[in-house]
Amino acid sequence: MSEELHEIRLRVNGAEHTATVPARRLLSDCLRQDLGLTGTHVGCEHGVCGACTVRVDGRPTRSCLMFAVSAQGHEITTVEGLAEPDGTLHPVQRAFRECHGLQCGFCTPGFLTVVSAYLEDNPDPTEEEAREAVGGNLCRCTGYQNIVKAVLRAAEIRREEAAAAPGGERAAGAGERR
Amino acid sequence: MKPPPFAYHAPTTLAEALDALADVGTDGKVLAGGQSLIPLLNMRLAAPGHLVDVNGVAGLDHVSVDASGVRVGALARHADVEADDDAAAAVPLLRQGLRLVAHPVIRNRGTTVGSLAHADPSAEMTAALALLGGSVTAASTAGRRTISAADFFVGPLESSLRTGELLVDAHFPRPPAGSGTAFTELARRHGDYAMCGVAALVTLDDDLRVTAARAAYLSVAPVPLVLDLTEAVAGRTPDTADFDAAGRLVRGRLDPEGDIHATAEYRAHLAEVLTARALREAAGNAVRR
Ligand SMILES: Cc1cc2nc3c(=O)[nH]c(=O)nc-3n(C[C@H](O)[C@H](O)[C@H](O)COP(=O)(O)OP(=O)(O)OC[C@H]3O[C@@H](n4cnc5c(N)ncnc54)[C@H](O)[C@@H]3O)c2cc1C
Ligand code: FES
Ligand code: FES
Repeated sequence: MSEELHEIRLRVNGAEHTATVPARRLLSDCLRQDLGLTGTHVGCEHGVCGACTVRVDGRPTRSCLMFAVSAQGHEITTVEGLAEPDGTLHPVQRAFRECHGLQCGFCTPGFLTVVSAYLEDNPDPTEEEAREAVGGNLCRCTGYQNIVKAVLRAAEIRREEAAAAPGGERAAGAGERR
Repeated sequence: MKPPPFAYHAPTTLAEALDALADVGTDGKVLAGGQSLIPLLNMRLAAPGHLVDVNGVAGLDHVSVDASGVRVGALARHADVEADDDAAAAVPLLRQGLRLVAHPVIRNRGTTVGSLAHADPSAEMTAALALLGGSVTAASTAGRRTISAADFFVGPLESSLRTGELLVDAHFPRPPAGSGTAFTELARRHGDYAMCGVAALVTLDDDLRVTAARAAYLSVAPVPLVLDLTEAVAGRTPDTADFDAAGRLVRGRLDPEGDIHATAEYRAHLAEVLTARALREAAGNAVRR
């Protein structure tokens, strides 16, 4: 039996991509195999580990629990899309580096996409809230301590940058999306 | 693992969706948020020949509140229902329960109505609908029908939905005046399905005496079971009611099964303890309302 193929168009990190895929192609596999964006990692493929998390129209979503055909018409952001075009790392990436929030790095793309979205809605989390924010992501290496520190440090970096930027505090405020 | 092959349908109107479901019959499944269905496909526990993806169907993502309660459209995500302040004010049990559904990332995509359609007796929203005596609306090319929660949940992962039917919305009624609700559960790991969970509703009269106390149970019966516990606490105020006695009453009315997560005995113990906790909190919320 030859499987029906679909011509799809995806917007990933601001760029248009096309791919020819069967309907059962998971978004995670499409990103990695068809588009070559291997920053998105695949662990469990049933929604538990969080390594495959990407942002769909801003919202963190498990790319292993979505079909590529269903992702058409949405704005996808992967870990590759977090840094500025000039290579400046996202505040969350800088915080993870500073605080040693990663060891092997397998889980990291999922943490970065989740935390980048979380801080847009909650710019000043408590430690307890930071733990809750990453509660859906598993890490086998770090023991989470430095990840929690990195979330808090990322919030601090965002606030520092917002205060330094023209226009002041407002830029880091809540409600940037939704 | 990877999902098995299927033919993909992406209707953009309700009429198209119902036609597609009628065409594919028993070999088809609705794809909503995919947060239960895609894991089943990835694990090859399900292999439908056709998937009807309803995510592009217009007009199904509403959360609307009126005097009767909250009506949740088929495509309203758990996260949207949870974030809706009007819905939380009208039916506090919704937000109380949704906080306990998986992790925020799963709630961003999973739908509340999809969770009801899935009919998992461990799902918080099935217990919420059962406790409040809510209902769902099913549509097919043959027309529409309203199904009460009591008639909808038939067994584990089994509902009375017929082939070719799509759930278009669910109605969570407002609890009676003077009521408070609470949701409490225990899971092995953060965000997991609960080993046992209890949703409670307590109604007080004008003198703050209990006139009704009910609880719905997760993970201890094949369907979201609702028990009337009024007899244990009727006529008492929240301060003097013996909620522990209500918990003990539950012990004899449940016959949970054991599995790798918890033995039957432990689940029954949890049901007893969590019943008292949930009722006490619900009564406290009734006073504050
Ligand atoms: C890691 C993880 C943890 C989870 N933990 C919990 C938890 O603690 N508590 C909990 O309640 N849930 C949990 N879930 C499940 C989650 O709540 C799902 O979103 C929900 O069960 C199904 O909704 P969905 O929209 O994703 O449906 P889908 O996965 O798309 O569909 C599920 C089933 O319902 C059918 N269906 C869906 N919508 C309709 C409709 N409108 N009409 C007819 N049939 C329909 C589908 O055909 C399918 O059979 C978890 C999921 C994951 C991945
Ligand atoms: S690979 Fe998607 S959650 Fe683990
Ligand atoms: S750094 Fe290795 S799994 Fe998290």
